[in-house]
Amino acid sequence: MNLFAIIGEALRALRLNRLRTGLTMLGMIIGVAAVVLMLSIGQGAQTKINQSIASMGSNLFLVVPGATSSGGLSFGSGSIKTLTISDAQAIAELHSVSATGPVISGTAQLSFSAKNWSTVITGTTPNYFDVGNWEFESGTAFTESDLRSGARVVVLGAITAENLFGTVDPIGKTMRITNRPFLVVGVLTAKGQSLSGRDQDDNVFIPITTSERQITGNQFPGSIRYMLVQGQSAETMDEAENEIIQLLRQRHRISDGMENDFTVRNLTAIANVATGAAKIMSIVLGAIASVSLLVGGIGIMNIMLVSVTERTREIGIRMAIGANRRAILTQFLLEAMMICIMGGLIGVLLGIGGAWLVSEIADMLIVITSGMIGLAFFFASAVGIFFGFYPAQKAASLKPVDALRYE
Amino acid sequence: MYAPQQNNVTQTLIKLDKLCKSYHLDDANGKTMSTQVLFDVALNIQQGEFVAIMGHSGSGKSTLMNILGCLDTPTSGSYWLAERNVAALSNDELAYIRNRHIGFVFQGFNLLKRMTALDNVATPLLYAGINRSNSRQRALEQLQRTGLEKFAMHHPNQLSGGQQQRVAISRALINQPSLLLADEPTGNLDSQTSREIMTLFEQLNQQQGLTIVLVTHEEDIAAYAKRLIRLKDGVVVYDENHNVMNKPSPTQ
Ligand SMILES: Nc1ncnc2c1ncn2[C@@H]1O[C@H](COP(=O)(O)OP(=O)(O)OP(=O)(O)O)[C@@H](O)[C@H]1O
Ligand SMILES: [Mg+2]
Repeated sequence: MNLFAIIGEALRALRLNRLRTGLTMLGMIIGVAAVVLMLSIGQGAQTKINQSIASMGSNLFLVVPGATSSGGLSFGSGSIKTLTISDAQAIAELHSVSATGPVISGTAQLSFSAKNWSTVITGTTPNYFDVGNWEFESGTAFTESDLRSGARVVVLGAITAENLFGTVDPIGKTMRITNRPFLVVGVLTAKGQSLSGRDQDDNVFIPITTSERQITGNQFPGSIRYMLVQGQSAETMDEAENEIIQLLRQRHRISDGMENDFTVRNLTAIANVATGAAKIMSIVLGAIASVSLLVGGIGIMNIMLVSVTERTREIGIRMAIGANRRAILTQFLLEAMMICIMGGLIGVLLGIGGAWLVSEIADMLIVITSGMIGLAFFFASAVGIFFGFYPAQKAASLKPVDALRYE
Repeated sequence: MYAPQQNNVTQTLIKLDKLCKSYHLDDANGKTMSTQVLFDVALNIQQGEFVAIMGHSGSGKSTLMNILGCLDTPTSGSYWLAERNVAALSNDELAYIRNRHIGFVFQGFNLLKRMTALDNVATPLLYAGINRSNSRQRALEQLQRTGLEKFAMHHPNQLSGGQQQRVAISRALINQPSLLLADEPTGNLDSQTSREIMTLFEQLNQQQGLTIVLVTHEEDIAAYAKRLIRLKDGVVVYDENHNVMNKPSPTQ
């Protein structure tokens, strides 16, 4: 019997039991859609983390005041004042370090013509932009001489620029920060969210000296909130970390056996952990979705077994008029596989639709790759063959006389 | 091998030797009970014969027919079909023989309910590897020969018993078999329709030389055949070759 004829027979059988076929297919549809959706969410999370890491800059350390044991990253508290601008300058001199970016920050009221905007203001050095991997949409960073003189110049984050200036080109314009006039020298390219989920583009940057003297003020002059340190290379990160710690202990006159009054964190290592976590999350999501695919497969096996029992007499008649075992096996296997393949197709479409919906409603990044769709489809077919084979085999191994006598 | 021999010597189509059949049943206690249904059946049927098998209910007629039709296997003894030992054939070879060389007609018609008469008749051709449109064409011609072309697109439940049986006979004949087996083909039909079916069998036997073996409970149906075999409790108790020339025609 040729394959086309068997496909025809299988299709006919499926059509005759539309409701049952549809319900069985539903199990497959849900399974495949869940796999596609979960994989795309997992992949989206991974991509997002990779983007944040790429935007963060490479070989980075974060140095914050306060001991490690005082409770993790404490750079919101502002109560510990052990790090200074000169610490940052000294660290920048180390062999294993290429640059540092010390930061003091606060919030400030901004205005341009009639518009007002309140946001985070960061006082830092020109190196900060390199270290933090910032790109300029237009203009440039402020300069070392701006830093020395405490000039009133400002670099705007992308969102701040948009909110305050709209369509006007901000470069060369004078805006006000807590009512003092500042010249806009640069606008940054948008970066999106940081690893910790903070928006990095609603921000303004001014020279750290200007900030200390005129905007945020400083209870302990020269102290900073944190600094970014860029290591010379990925290979020398451990060495750099040790040198930074030794240098700061020396500068802060911490005797042996005493605790550090600062904390050095390797951000690249943290990023790697985050990437690993996202990968595990993808795998877990995929595994959970696979369970529903498995359940769908068992549903198919169940229905095919019922179908074989119900159609035993039909199988007997077919054998009596010349169907061999392979023809019977192929017909039942094809029935199971058609359910899977059609269910898989609909499931993939539904999964893509669902992913789109999630990205619209939950504002999550969703990534769908052809590999994912291929994988879901491959699994659907595999499930069809795996769970369809036993019932088909059962049908084919019936003895003609027993099948014919079956009531 | 199965092509009708053209020489004058009649060929032995079916040869049974010491054929026995037992059924094994598990009783309530899990013990296997064995009941023997056929006892040392020995039988020769030549090509072109028209044989009727009679016997009381439970005498083993259907069991014998199923073995002849390669639907069941004997417990012991041998079955030679066209000089081939059936016991030595594989499942695929048996399927091939059922498809090409044997046509089976059942008391209950055994049509595929969800198919039209046309598709029912065409299905054996599909299993013979002929494509669907050719199969349908040939099936339609076969239905025309039995006067059923009007009912080609009817489903079995839209046909009378006699029409269904004629569709089943068309299906059995579609691959031009050398052996037609019919297990009480008229058992569900009235006497008028039975006569029509038997006339059809008689024609097939006389005009095409088709070998026919049929089981019946009725003497007047058996009278259409040229040879009568009686079974009693699984034993052949009577085997008479009617003289072909002297056989009175039942239609007279
Ligand atoms: N599958 C089976 N398992 C066990 N016993 C069986 C089976 N099939 C038939 N038998 C037994 O074999 C014996 C012969 O059955 P068979 O169907 O051949 O009779 P039959 O001559 O065709 O009868 P009828 O005229 O009623 O059709 C019966 O006693 C029956 O109970
Ligand atoms: Mg019987």
